[in-house]
Amino acid sequence: MKKFVLKRLLWMIPTVLGVCILTFTIMYFAPGDPASIILGTTATDAQLEELRESMGLNQPYLIRLGSYLSQVFLHFDFGTSYTTGVSVVSELMERLPRTLFLGVLSIVVSVVLGIPIGIYAATHQNKASDYISMTIALLGSAIPGFWFALVLVLIFSYRLNWFPAYGIGGISYWILPIVSNSFMAVGLQARQARSSMLEVIHSDYIVMAKAKGVQQRDVIYKHALPNALIPMITTAGSQFANSLAGGLLVEKIFSIPGVGNYLVNAVNNRDYPVVQGSIIILAISFSIIMLLTDLVMAAVDPNIKSQFAGSSKRKKK
Amino acid sequence: MDSNEKKFLSVHNLTIDYVTYEETVHAVRDVSFDLEKGKTLALVGETGAGKTTIARAILRVLPEPPAKVISGQVYLNDKELFGISEKEMCKVRGNDITMIFQDPMTALNPVMRVGDQIAEVLLLHGKTTKEEARAHAMEMLEQVGISGDRYDDYPNQFSGGMKQRVVIAIALACNPDLLLADEPTTALDVTIQAQVLRLIRNLVKNRNASMLLITHDLGVVAQTCDDVAIIYAGQIVEKGSKEDIFDRHCHPYTIGLLGAIPRIDTRVHRLATIKGLPPDPTLLPKGCGFCPRCPYAEKICEEKAPELMEVEPGHFCRWQRKIAGE
Amino acid sequence: MEKSAVNGLEHNQTLKKENQVIAVLKRMRRNKGAMVGLAVFLFIVIVGILAPWLAPYPYDQIDMASAFQSPSLKHLMGTDNMGRDVLSRIMYGVRYSVTIGVVAMIISFLGGTLIGAVAGFYGGKTDQVIMRLCDIVQAIPSLILNIALATVLGEGFVNCIIALGIGGIAGAARLVRSSMLSIRKMEYLDAAKVINCPTPQIIGFQALPNAISPMIVQATMSVARNILNAASLSYLGLGVQPPNPEWGAMLTAGRDYISKYPYLTIIPGLVIIITALSLNLLGDGLRDAMDPKLKK
Repeated sequence: MKKFVLKRLLWMIPTVLGVCILTFTIMYFAPGDPASIILGTTATDAQLEELRESMGLNQPYLIRLGSYLSQVFLHFDFGTSYTTGVSVVSELMERLPRTLFLGVLSIVVSVVLGIPIGIYAATHQNKASDYISMTIALLGSAIPGFWFALVLVLIFSYRLNWFPAYGIGGISYWILPIVSNSFMAVGLQARQARSSMLEVIHSDYIVMAKAKGVQQRDVIYKHALPNALIPMITTAGSQFANSLAGGLLVEKIFSIPGVGNYLVNAVNNRDYPVVQGSIIILAISFSIIMLLTDLVMAAVDPNIKSQFAGSSKRKKK
Repeated sequence: MDSNEKKFLSVHNLTIDYVTYEETVHAVRDVSFDLEKGKTLALVGETGAGKTTIARAILRVLPEPPAKVISGQVYLNDKELFGISEKEMCKVRGNDITMIFQDPMTALNPVMRVGDQIAEVLLLHGKTTKEEARAHAMEMLEQVGISGDRYDDYPNQFSGGMKQRVVIAIALACNPDLLLADEPTTALDVTIQAQVLRLIRNLVKNRNASMLLITHDLGVVAQTCDDVAIIYAGQIVEKGSKEDIFDRHCHPYTIGLLGAIPRIDTRVHRLATIKGLPPDPTLLPKGCGFCPRCPYAEKICEEKAPELMEVEPGHFCRWQRKIAGE
Repeated sequence: MEKSAVNGLEHNQTLKKENQVIAVLKRMRRNKGAMVGLAVFLFIVIVGILAPWLAPYPYDQIDMASAFQSPSLKHLMGTDNMGRDVLSRIMYGVRYSVTIGVVAMIISFLGGTLIGAVAGFYGGKTDQVIMRLCDIVQAIPSLILNIALATVLGEGFVNCIIALGIGGIAGAARLVRSSMLSIRKMEYLDAAKVINCPTPQIIGFQALPNAISPMIVQATMSVARNILNAASLSYLGLGVQPPNPEWGAMLTAGRDYISKYPYLTIIPGLVIIITALSLNLLGDGLRDAMDPKLKK
């Protein structure tokens, strides 16, 4: 187990490094001259050239990549925003909690609602309740979160005036963003839960459990569910990516000052250090969630457990 | 048809279909048989003949849908199993009747410790404490030849043969009256098939339990069983004592099956085979199911399905000629 | 695996050997959801193809005098801020949205198949390196990767397709690889090797066709996802730009008038949902049809 955790933790480092290189490389090809973005249209050629030189923009790709990486990894510094001149890291650290709050809560909602719906549907296979819940889930998985957010704002903010349409504050400010951001994930989670439950229910060891005299209820909850949970956990983890990405648009719609909003505005302003920093922070958050997912998996799935259990317990006979 | 004296297990007119959108599979057709206490009955037949379906139907663990019991009763000590509630049936399963599955690789719950899987059945039926169940489960492991300190291992740490031993331990933990063994050795390596079979036989004998052994291996039948029922296309085509079947068999299919066994004492260039394949169970022929493959087929075979009739006391055969009295 | 399926289906082996494709289609025909999905999607595609003949108005005909007309007989879906007929724009929009979805999917799967097939087929070190690279790419949530690519490429129809297409390669590669891995050990591949069949030919003609069924399902679903993501990009101003009638762009343009003229936002959204839904239904049906184990 320890070995697995360690291995998984160590793997984070090249992943993050890779993400940094990838992001930097993509942005390297981005159009527009940072110097003229910073100085605006009034700057002279000489001023522009001077700034380019001082920013190292005239250096070859590898050198710029190297200095960016050392900046990020050794000093945890993503540079300063072209437009505001504020340090990207300090801005990100202030915004990240809101983005994570939205993302994590959306996933929690999707798990808490989606998994029971899926199990219910699977245990009532081909009955009306199965069809109804799966139709809703299917619908949910096709509704773009940002559109749903707009509709919710229209109904609950403009028409009914129940919730604020934008900004941050108390719980009432978070309800619409979380509902709209988790809607799709609930649908996907429910569908995944149903299909993995069904697959498990039809397996031999479930028949075996029945043959042992286990009551139907316990067959489902004690035998089938722990097995079906494994793919469900993976889905929940990977859904976090969608809820981070979807959160981007939701943040924009509800004017939540999170990383997503920061990133979206930076894209429009061609503020590349902010774009890079935001993407890297989001990717790191996602990687950490995936790490946690894997650790939960390892705790649930004996296949992983025994793989790393060491040699002491290997077959004796 | 069957005598009225008290039987231990009695299956009457069991008919089961699998109904899907596309088709209806007639998996089991009007199967009846009895089994006495302490005896072993073999159900012999090809893949798809309906043997597994019969066993699972007795335990009421068929996947319904698609499976559908059209008719039939199962009596265990005069208790009709299809009539009792699911709750009562749960008390029968694992306690009075247990089952060994064909494929040990998939029969154990992968996320449960093997010991717990044995202890579970004890706790469900034995009303023992957790500690007692654990101790008993370890003892069961030892009985099937696995060290008791492997209680806390997971199934994926076991080989196929060891998994089947665990399955056997689960099946026999509560000293059942009836063991349904569904091809218990088919999925195992040839080298350990004999071991496992011997293990099952001894454990069953020690407990004076009855066994319904499903197999397509006539060698196993010869070693293990008292009575034999030959199943073809969902029907019993011949049943009787082991001696009836091996020495005085009369159905052409049985003749074909026995002819296909390699013998060590005679030299043959080519093993005898039964031509063709079993009929499509969705489109059964009007007449005798074996007719298209039968070397003795006549006109009447295509038109009229033969009845199962007693050719000598306790020996039944479903063959037109016997019926005609030849 | 098959053995663990419903035991009574054992007989399947003995059934007449039907052509697999026909069997799948036959099975799918019983799946009402899949057939509805297929019908709706085909309907949408046909409407898109026939848009110039079906649309009641030219999609770009500005008529300020009749701006913001709510849905009526004259304009079934109303008119937008410039008085353009929304229905006509939705019809023409098929050409943008569905094309983006399909072409981006093709790019993803061409790239992904190439990479995934190589990784899955060779296994070992090659596989590890490729998969680690995919891990890195996939550590960036797909929409965010799309945003980054779209930032570099710039907005517009073609760039949107490229951004979505490239963004999907890693996922497709992973899928192809895993199905390749599952068939890599099959003996018919060894048989092909034994008769000295050249490797690309083994990958292309022996291995890939057997890995194809999960790919078809995922490809269908990924068209839906691409359409949704394209709409998201448009919403961020990185996708297709107004006045082009891409659904996401229409929706975005309507956003400014949402409180007074909500239909301008709601209608394009509903069309996106219906399209995505039809594709998901189709994908579900295909998966069930190709995997007899899930059969009811």
